[in-house]
Amino acid sequence: MSRANSATWLRQQRWAWPTWPARGLARSLPWLLPLALFTTWAVGAQQGWVSPQVLPAPAYVYDTLKDLAISGDLWANTSASLQRVLLGYALGTSLGLVLGGLMGLSRAAEAYLLPSFNALVQIPVLGWLPFALLLFGIGEPLKYALIAHAALVPVTLGTLQAFRQAPVKWLEVGRAYGFSRRQLVTGVVLPAALPTLFTALRLGFTKAWLSLVVVELVASSEGLGYLIVYGRQLFQLDLVMAAVVVVGAIGYLIDRGFDALERRLGAWRPV
Amino acid sequence: MKAYRGWLLPLVALGAWWLASEYGWSRSGLWVSPQQVLATAIHEVASGHLWVALGASLARDLSGFAIGAGLGLALGCVLGLSALGNRLLGPSFNTFKQVSLFAWIPLISVWFGLGDVAKVVFLSLAALVPVVVNTADGLRNVPLPLLEVARVYGYSRWQSLTLVRLPAALPSIFTGLYLGLIYSWLATIGAEYLLVSGEGIGNTLIDGSEHFRMDLVLFGMLVIGTVGWLLNSLARLAERRLQRLYGTF
Repeated sequence: MSRANSATWLRQQRWAWPTWPARGLARSLPWLLPLALFTTWAVGAQQGWVSPQVLPAPAYVYDTLKDLAISGDLWANTSASLQRVLLGYALGTSLGLVLGGLMGLSRAAEAYLLPSFNALVQIPVLGWLPFALLLFGIGEPLKYALIAHAALVPVTLGTLQAFRQAPVKWLEVGRAYGFSRRQLVTGVVLPAALPTLFTALRLGFTKAWLSLVVVELVASSEGLGYLIVYGRQLFQLDLVMAAVVVVGAIGYLIDRGFDALERRLGAWRPV
Repeated sequence: MKAYRGWLLPLVALGAWWLASEYGWSRSGLWVSPQQVLATAIHEVASGHLWVALGASLARDLSGFAIGAGLGLALGCVLGLSALGNRLLGPSFNTFKQVSLFAWIPLISVWFGLGDVAKVVFLSLAALVPVVVNTADGLRNVPLPLLEVARVYGYSRWQSLTLVRLPAALPSIFTGLYLGLIYSWLATIGAEYLLVSGEGIGNTLIDGSEHFRMDLVLFGMLVIGTVGWLLNSLARLAERRLQRLYGTF
């Protein structure tokens, strides 16, 4: 059976939508749901179906966002958050790379360390929070520690995995050329590990960003998470929503950035 | 002997901890001894506090998981089986997925209050996401040769769905459920932390932290870790059973 035939058949199996709608409709479909939600929100707020304390109008949220940007509050809080996440991420990632690299290169280190590591990983960031709160107090070290912890876990496990996945054939070629252990690591294992390593670093950053929000929600006096808490305490949902939009937008931008970087780096990739 | 190497580090740490508290190396009131944590553990278990808190947390966790996983399976099937559904809902869902789950907490707390309803809503959101992603992926990525065989046998759409696509997608669907179970447990702790009211193991932790009782905090962390590990092992066990039942593709 020809490949094209199968593909056609496959499409038929998928409750394909009729072919009559024009291309334009197809392209506009993904926007239908967001548009419907937004319209309901806007109309509902305008008609007063729900009280503005529960759901502020979109225009109001936009105004709040603009005010925040103009008054400089937005930049102050965003930079506080970014500073925290970058420092915590740098800490957690460097420790994770060392730990993961150690376990990845030495089976003995893995046997000694991995079970304890796995046991500690079972406790989520929020489980550590009360412990860290008593240990570090409510200041900045608490945030760095928790964000570092959040990044540490995926980076360590990813590094460990990355170092283990060099194809056996490559290692055999290396050995056949009489590579020393050090040469094997720098010449074979490390290049083979790079793509997975990058994925781990990216996942680590996603986790760090998520836990930044959590940590700031629980304990902070500035930052984007603090804006959210503050808005909620004053029942200013416009402020909450504006802050959530900023958090989402930054998370999205960072994700795109990593994506672009990965594609750039992907140009060089071991076959 | 080699098999026990993993125990070395925890034992050394425990020994150092015991020695340090025995000889009073730290004057801080926060430094509790292992015996003290053990005594707290025994007290919590014997007085029934633990069971009340754990029961409340698990009940929330499981009801949130059930709702989220049920909705997630339905949505995942829509995304995975229907091109129209995927086109209509896929991009919105992917955007929703990007927003940090915890950012929803303030809105949920205003809309649903601080009680169990709000917590269960949050938990079901946490369980929903991985279930949808993995269900849709599994249904979409059924190996082509399998579908070709179904075609050769002249299967109807319904037959190829129930006899080929669903069984082939099962491992992936199960991965989603398994992740959903873990996520919802993590979210349970988060919900109890951020939507403070009522009983729960997270509240035990907060109490310990507010009263500067490190022994209670350490005990709570131990319980949370153990429950997470148990849920993990149970899900893996069920996965293996199921795979034996349906065979693996």
